[in-house]
Amino acid sequence: MSDLTRDDISALPSLAERPRRDRPEKIRCDACPVLCFIAEGRAGACDRYANVDGVLTRVDPLVILDRAVQAGGEVVSFLEDGREWEGDLVQPPARFVTAVGAGTTYPDYKPAPFIVSSQMDGVDMVTVVTEGIFSYCGVKLKIDTDRHLGPETAIVRYQGEAVGHVTTGEYGSQMMSLGGVHHLTGGSKKEGRATCEALLHLCNRQAVELNVDGGVTIVVEAGKEPVIDGAREERMRVGCGSAAIGMFAQQWFRHVDEVVVVDDHITGVLSEHQAGKLLDVPPTGIRIKGHKSTPGRYFRVAEPGQGWGGTNITDPLAIIERFDAKVARPGLKVLMVSTTGDHSAYFVLDDELNPVPATMPAPVAESVARVQENCEPALCSVVFIGGAGGSLRAGVTENPVKLTRSVRETLTYVTSGGAEVYIWPGGGITYMVDVTRMPENSFGYVPTPALVAPIEFTMRLSDYEALGGHMASIRSLEEVTGVERRLNRDTEPGLWPVLPHHFGWNRRP
Amino acid sequence: MSAGPHHRLLPDGRLHLGHGPIDLIVAVEGDARAVTAAQARAVARFDGLLAELVAELPLLRAPVRGDSCPLKGVVARRMWHCAHSFAPEFATPMAAVAGAVAEAVLAAMVPAPGLTRGYANNGGDIALWLAPGAPAWRLGVIVDPAAPRSPGKLVIGPDDPGRGVATSGARGRSHSLGIADSVTVLAADAPTADVAATLLGNAVDLPGHPAIRRLPARQLLPDSDLGETPVTQGVGTLTEAEIATALDAGQTTAEAMLRCRKILGAVLVLQGFVRIVGAIQMVPVSPTSTSRTLLHA
Repeated sequence: MSDLTRDDISALPSLAERPRRDRPEKIRCDACPVLCFIAEGRAGACDRYANVDGVLTRVDPLVILDRAVQAGGEVVSFLEDGREWEGDLVQPPARFVTAVGAGTTYPDYKPAPFIVSSQMDGVDMVTVVTEGIFSYCGVKLKIDTDRHLGPETAIVRYQGEAVGHVTTGEYGSQMMSLGGVHHLTGGSKKEGRATCEALLHLCNRQAVELNVDGGVTIVVEAGKEPVIDGAREERMRVGCGSAAIGMFAQQWFRHVDEVVVVDDHITGVLSEHQAGKLLDVPPTGIRIKGHKSTPGRYFRVAEPGQGWGGTNITDPLAIIERFDAKVARPGLKVLMVSTTGDHSAYFVLDDELNPVPATMPAPVAESVARVQENCEPALCSVVFIGGAGGSLRAGVTENPVKLTRSVRETLTYVTSGGAEVYIWPGGGITYMVDVTRMPENSFGYVPTPALVAPIEFTMRLSDYEALGGHMASIRSLEEVTGVERRLNRDTEPGLWPVLPHHFGWNRRP
Repeated sequence: MSAGPHHRLLPDGRLHLGHGPIDLIVAVEGDARAVTAAQARAVARFDGLLAELVAELPLLRAPVRGDSCPLKGVVARRMWHCAHSFAPEFATPMAAVAGAVAEAVLAAMVPAPGLTRGYANNGGDIALWLAPGAPAWRLGVIVDPAAPRSPGKLVIGPDDPGRGVATSGARGRSHSLGIADSVTVLAADAPTADVAATLLGNAVDLPGHPAIRRLPARQLLPDSDLGETPVTQGVGTLTEAEIATALDAGQTTAEAMLRCRKILGAVLVLQGFVRIVGAIQMVPVSPTSTSRTLLHA
């Protein structure tokens, strides 16, 4: 694997060199259980997959985005009456041809399937529309949950095959990294297929069940709550225990003497915490098990688990060693609450300084509800990441490296299915896109295995010419008709792909 | 790699169910809770439906012969019996597949307390349901998706007998032996309408005409249930007399089906000419109409 360069992979097993048969080749489509037998140049029963030169190819209709004036409303041409609506002088085209369903001219990619001209504010623009075959691709999963999914670097499996791993945690969420060239093409055939299938379903916003070695079974679906070990998660904790003390100290200190916010990461104790000190909360003599960090903040009060605040605790008193008799007094009121507010308990110290469960007063119960209310919903985010190889770029220009530079110089704006992308610094065109911003079912696959993802490059006509574009293949936006799926998009302001502020030349003085 | 079924709630509250070649739009109206429960039943019925059919695919692709149904699945048997009811016309159970799938998914939802109307639209093959007193369904009949000048709207109320509408034609997704741009059939149920539309689409024809390009079905789709039968690939411009001849052939077959009460009516369309057979209640399309309609191509 190690001596293969990016372009070796992107060029894929050389189909052009495969011996041609005299009779047209038939292939078996495995995209659905019908398993159509498809003759060369024909489509299967669904009209979505076809046999193109012996390669199973997705031929969904081209997706064209229409700017709708209002969500769910009639399509009103932006060119006709959008001027008043938008209130500015910019006149971007009302239609944008996405690469979803555009197909590729694989294996040579020259030129890209659609090179479309349009006008933006009097400037001639070109959008190069193609579907890329990505062997170098994967997804980053951000699972907004407090549940411990598995240890860092643990292998993540799909249908028993290793397809990725749990990666470093940023924010309170758990992150996973799936796919990448080694799982797709570096392992066994089975591993490659499983990886490709998991990525395809995740990117097309379908539910995928993953197993984490030494961790949980999780069902991930973009934009939905995760289902962990069979239970659908609802909320994510409001913050760590220390953050929760900081946020709610004002609401607590009048009603209770002590608050312990139980959390897998940092457990907070009101009377010792800076927020409690500022409110003159007196010490209570509470002694918490676990490693004290700074005052009022404790690490590792228990093991990770499915109990209170992502710990394995079911009885909260298990983390309290004792109340110091020199400081504590009978009648002391103690609230214990998890960082999601899902668990809470209220205690009053008896004469032996033992916490005894008691009925929670209404204002305290309200504060627990407030913790719950402030938790963000549990959510799965799926971000596709892919690197556009040399051959894809060759579909855009005869001199592929110029395209990379043009993107760097913000002369060329890159979108995926019309959605905004993040371009990584450094070489090549490695981009990330939130799949929920793309048209549904934007992704396909080839049996290599590799994912097929849409990518569009938009730039000025003059810039396209300068980078050695396929000028003879340009056609006007109006000419792109025929088989197409039109989507009305009520895009967020500024996110429409063809707008002047995306381009560096517009920002220069 | 085989993708599983997918379900999506569209912004307007309809349900989109897809799996392989099946693309269903499902609507149900009534109390919010009853609607949600009905949608859940539709999804549950839909999952596994394709696998159920695929398990008996070779038999479903074989011509219906004899009087005993060799199939096991409920939907598969329904398809066979609908195809069989048109004997001795040549038909395979696959002629009823779209209508039978629509009917099965609709039947999972309705009737149920709190619901007023529902439909399942499987790419133009539609199963309908109306509670007594419910407002009529209005279906726009579009002849050519590229030029949606609709010849009118089909109106189906709770007291009308039709609960199935299907369209077939040379421009549709499945192969037709005939040349009709479209044949829309109204029948008591969706799978029957589906078979009838297929057979009427085949009947509108001009055998041996040089302007009609045909290719053996198997050449287009190696495992087609139509085998070596030539299917229509393109139709050139025809004279008015030729159009009338082709439509006459379809009309004769349609009237025969009408007489033996297999269908309630049909709309035959060829190169801008329309024939209406039977008690089809059509209303002109009014540009100001605001009632919800089913687009139907």
